[in-house]
Amino acid sequence: MADEVVNKVAFELVTPTALAISEDVDMVVVPGSEGDFGVLPGHTPILSTVRPGVINMYTDGVITKSLFVEGGFAEANPERCTVLAESATDVSDLSSSDTEARLSAAREAYSSADDEAKEAAEKELRIAEEMVRAAGGNSTLH
Amino acid sequence: MANLKELKTRISSVKSTQKITSAMKMVAASRLKRAQEAAEAARPYAERMERMMASLLDNPGSLEGAGKLLSGTGSDDTHLIVVVTSDRGLCGGFNANISRETRNRLLALTGENKNAKILCIGRKGREQLKTEFKNAIVDTYEGIGKAGVQFEEAQGVAVKIIEMFEAGEFDVCSIIYNKFISAITQEVTLRQIIPVQLADEDDEAETAVETGPSAIYEFEPSEEEILAKLLLSNLNVQVFRALLESSASEHGARMSAMDNATRNAGEMIDDLSITYNRTRQAKITSELIEIISGAEAL
Repeated sequence: MADEVVNKVAFELVTPTALAISEDVDMVVVPGSEGDFGVLPGHTPILSTVRPGVINMYTDGVITKSLFVEGGFAEANPERCTVLAESATDVSDLSSSDTEARLSAAREAYSSADDEAKEAAEKELRIAEEMVRAAGGNSTLH
Repeated sequence: MANLKELKTRISSVKSTQKITSAMKMVAASRLKRAQEAAEAARPYAERMERMMASLLDNPGSLEGAGKLLSGTGSDDTHLIVVVTSDRGLCGGFNANISRETRNRLLALTGENKNAKILCIGRKGREQLKTEFKNAIVDTYEGIGKAGVQFEEAQGVAVKIIEMFEAGEFDVCSIIYNKFISAITQEVTLRQIIPVQLADEDDEAETAVETGPSAIYEFEPSEEEILAKLLLSNLNVQVFRALLESSASEHGARMSAMDNATRNAGEMIDDLSITYNRTRQAKITSELIEIISGAEAL
């Protein structure tokens, strides 16, 4: 019985407006700011910041769900993995036209931004770029 | 005694007032439900964030590099008070309670020879405070939470607070808001958000979530960097939470205020109707007496 519990990671994805995901999975891959890391059961305790990117949830060796996050925090320990993200979107809900529009808006904002707004604009640009990449992967899949 | 026509117009005017108040009550009730749900939905995020902060601060040494958000600027000469009120009135003592608390707080601070600044969220707070503390008001946000409180709105406010903090415009920041207890009770709450108070979680039963075994964590990137980011996000969450609580409280307060108003209007209509009927009867009686005595005289 204990084996069953240990073989799964209790994965939670929380946004300020909802508990987006709360599921037991075999593995989850989180885009940490220092590189992607996979969390398997028994993972060593880690706290990491999350960069804009896609979180993949694996069960039985296949990706069951992919979610795009704009950044946040991840905490993993042997039993669970918790990701705090300010927003999370299912990758299949991303449309490439929307994300392209966001990217071009972000590019424009970045080029016209003064020093003060530069940082925020750069962040937005990175999010938009990652979003386009995520949506692109999505369209080739289908 | 008032004449019949006058009474009739009064009755109909009170009736239309009653219609308005009861409609406002319904609207407030449905908004309250939504606001309450939003407040509940935001809870897991705050809980998890507190848990992460706790794991982080459990680690020895992390407090040292924590920076000013956690440890303060070393003085407490200038206070910033974020006052959360509503944009609209007709919600009983909701805004007045906040203003009174703010006023007391400000007077206490000036009594101690400290400076105080006010950041108003909601038009009503500004209106009630501007005569006395016009120079203390730094900025006012209006229209927040019109279509339900959005996280981005809280973020906007938090960014402004951080900017002011980094520019050295204040040392301590507190937020005053109505905490939602139930649809008919709100509690004026003052919460210090900068420097972060870690011990004030006792008032929240929800923080009773297990903090987990305090294992030795690895940090990516460095501990300081995560802590700095976490503290910023925590500020967003604190503001967001205050806004959500306040919005649920506002609708609750409006609902009960309008419920009272509707009931009072009902009583008034009853009274007026009795007076109206009595007057009408008296008039008929006196007409009858006139006719009868006229007939008898013949």
